[in-house]
Amino acid sequence: MKKLLKTDLDTLFQAIASRQTLYIPVEDAGKQAAFIPYAPGLVMSTALNTARSAKDLFFPQVESLVNFRMDGKHIEIVSAEAEAKPFVLFGVRACDARSFDILDRVFYDAEPQDTFYARRRDLGTVVTLACSAPEETCFCTAFGIDPAEPAGDVSVWESGDSCLFRANTEKGEALLRDLPLEDASDGAADAAKDAIRKITDLLPLKDLDLTPFGAGKTQTFFDDPAWASLSESCVGCGTCTFVCPTCQCFDIRDFDGGKEIRRYRCWDSCMYSDFTQMSAGQPRPTQKERFRQRFMHKLVYYPDMHEGLFSCVGCGRCLQKCPIHMNIVKVIRTLGEETK
Amino acid sequence: MQVNEAFTPTIVAFCCNWCSYAGADLSGNNRLSYPANVKIIRIPCSCRLNPMFVLRAFQRGADGVILCGCHPGDCHYSTGNYYARRRMTLLFSMLDYLGIERERTRVEWVSAAEGAKFAQTMNEFVETVTALGENRRLEDFRCKVR
Amino acid sequence: MQGQIKEKAIALLRSGAADRVLGWKLGEFFYDLTPAVFRTPEEVERDFVFSVFSGPNLSKYLIEESKKEGRVAAFLKPCDSYSFVQLQKEHRIARENVYAVGVACDGMCDMKSIRAHGVKGVLSARQEGDKLLLETLYGPAEMDKRDALPERCLHCKSKKVVDFDEMMGENGTECPDCGRFDEVERLEALSAQERFDFWRGHFSRCIRCNACRNVCPACSCVKCVFDNPDSGVAQKAAASDFEENNFHIIRAYHVAGRCTDCGECSRVCPESIPLHLLNRKFIKDMNELYGAYQAGADFDSCPPIMDFRQDDAEPSVIYARGGDRA
Repeated sequence: MKKLLKTDLDTLFQAIASRQTLYIPVEDAGKQAAFIPYAPGLVMSTALNTARSAKDLFFPQVESLVNFRMDGKHIEIVSAEAEAKPFVLFGVRACDARSFDILDRVFYDAEPQDTFYARRRDLGTVVTLACSAPEETCFCTAFGIDPAEPAGDVSVWESGDSCLFRANTEKGEALLRDLPLEDASDGAADAAKDAIRKITDLLPLKDLDLTPFGAGKTQTFFDDPAWASLSESCVGCGTCTFVCPTCQCFDIRDFDGGKEIRRYRCWDSCMYSDFTQMSAGQPRPTQKERFRQRFMHKLVYYPDMHEGLFSCVGCGRCLQKCPIHMNIVKVIRTLGEETK
Repeated sequence: MQVNEAFTPTIVAFCCNWCSYAGADLSGNNRLSYPANVKIIRIPCSCRLNPMFVLRAFQRGADGVILCGCHPGDCHYSTGNYYARRRMTLLFSMLDYLGIERERTRVEWVSAAEGAKFAQTMNEFVETVTALGENRRLEDFRCKVR
Repeated sequence: MQGQIKEKAIALLRSGAADRVLGWKLGEFFYDLTPAVFRTPEEVERDFVFSVFSGPNLSKYLIEESKKEGRVAAFLKPCDSYSFVQLQKEHRIARENVYAVGVACDGMCDMKSIRAHGVKGVLSARQEGDKLLLETLYGPAEMDKRDALPERCLHCKSKKVVDFDEMMGENGTECPDCGRFDEVERLEALSAQERFDFWRGHFSRCIRCNACRNVCPACSCVKCVFDNPDSGVAQKAAASDFEENNFHIIRAYHVAGRCTDCGECSRVCPESIPLHLLNRKFIKDMNELYGAYQAGADFDSCPPIMDFRQDDAEPSVIYARGGDRA
């Protein structure tokens, strides 16, 4: 375990940033936290979490793939992949850290591998920060995530006037090696962990019951009549999918700039009316089918394909951001009730 | 703002078919010159100009956009240019509000007999936009000519 | 008021005045109310809530609901009722299928505003006079109700319900001195560079979730130009700075003259972009150049962008108005 006075955090950030790009959560123009490249003078936000999830750093909303230059009948294909450099992502919460495992199974471990994602994952060092002030919308514990023990290459706790650092991987050790940190005892973060667990015991959503859901439950829930009322007031925006740390659908599009055609990929949303639309038709014709798809994916289909692992991390962003206050907790409660 | 001697702006001029396009034609007939970097797009009436066209012009490389139409009261379709006038006033005011340089957009009423006015307007507009420099605030880097 | 509205909903269903009631459904917490359709008095009894957190504007749901068989009753706050009238003017709502109950309003609270004031982990809230008393994970807290109001309630333009079949509570009046253009004026007085930086600082954070468009009662196109691959501007995400700006300029333009300033766009934006400042700029310009106009205030007036006068100002008028030339 290593330790640093909170007042020295800026010195630490400067030391890291002198060697690679460092992202820290900073208050943006909307007075919300966002991961922004560190520059001297920037102060780390104390918000519970960033408005957009940390997946942005590995799976950005828009990513250039390849460009096509036309010269008469001749087509030149030019790679448009952005130059990638090592970076450190500081201040990731336990929920977002778990989301990387979920996305890795889809993009990194997959055959064929998503090389764009994989490259960023290899170049990124994740430094997590334990949550000292969870909010009523948090339910990571329902998914077996312990906010007092966030994963990542390095885990950090706030304790009194200090921060405590523990490297969990080789990458983490390599990061901490040359930084101006003091030694601390192995149990130095215990008090901080206890304080966190005291709050998580009070969270109103801590008893969220997931036992009705999981692998093999398609037939149980697919035709449930509750989907109609649950999806009734959904306005079909993409807010939930875009702030969600585990949503992973994307579209590939071409932009004709006149002299060059640029092929890029961008986030897609199952909430949109053209989701999975094909020339043969639209298999999910109304919002009900698309809404059902989203939650079945998180609670049933993904566990089917990944040894029972749920594709939700309980970060609570959909609870805070949905324009009409629909979210996965309401779906879990409603459908879970029905099976009792 | 800097004056770049080597910079020639790309100007898109939306001209209504009945008055201003004919006015442009007349200036050509009278051998009155205006810069070759003014690209004329003929529309049936000034009120055909959809604000999306103005933005698209800036996106695809224009540094200045000008709408030319019949004088208010003389519209070939009697009232089209009245609507265009309100529309463009509101659009240009919004662009100004967003920090886009005001002088990049303009409306000028040019009749079919005003060949000299057409040429003069284009010459003035090109000079104004040249002084402003390249359009950076509404450019789309993906459309930059290589 | 709260209990009375629930009773009214039950009474309307029982008497047959309405076959369905559009209202708000109890959430997980006290503040996360979801718009819902209630079909039986039992459903109303179990789940219907009207509280100081009933912020969402229900009028847009009436577009689809009024097409169905039977009558739908809807509870409309003053700002909702302007959207209701505007949608009727545009023939999007079948008025005969709607039973509108006007609800007097003193301002709705929003959790976003409460959190913005630094109160976290709220478990319950109670209004006492003009204060909010809150229970949180971190102990009790107290704040002025005014600080819990979203932007649109702080600058409420009218407490008058403009169209109703029945009114609950005393109907209010318009609020001409609400100051809703103050922030627009402040921006207009900045230099062009400062304005550009301000808006880029906001638009660069836009994630194109389309929440603003989808909740906006004025955006009711069946196929939006941004979803239409033939329009030339179809985008699912902004792939350049230009596309980030384009969506907002075009959307604000498309609703100009029809936007009733209900404030839903700013309420729902997950990135807290002050979208109302775009719509209010158009409203302010139209008021100043073409005469005061409020969309949705009545059934007869013509929106400024569909109207003209022979002595209208020339577009060059913008050169003389506000801001400097930097």
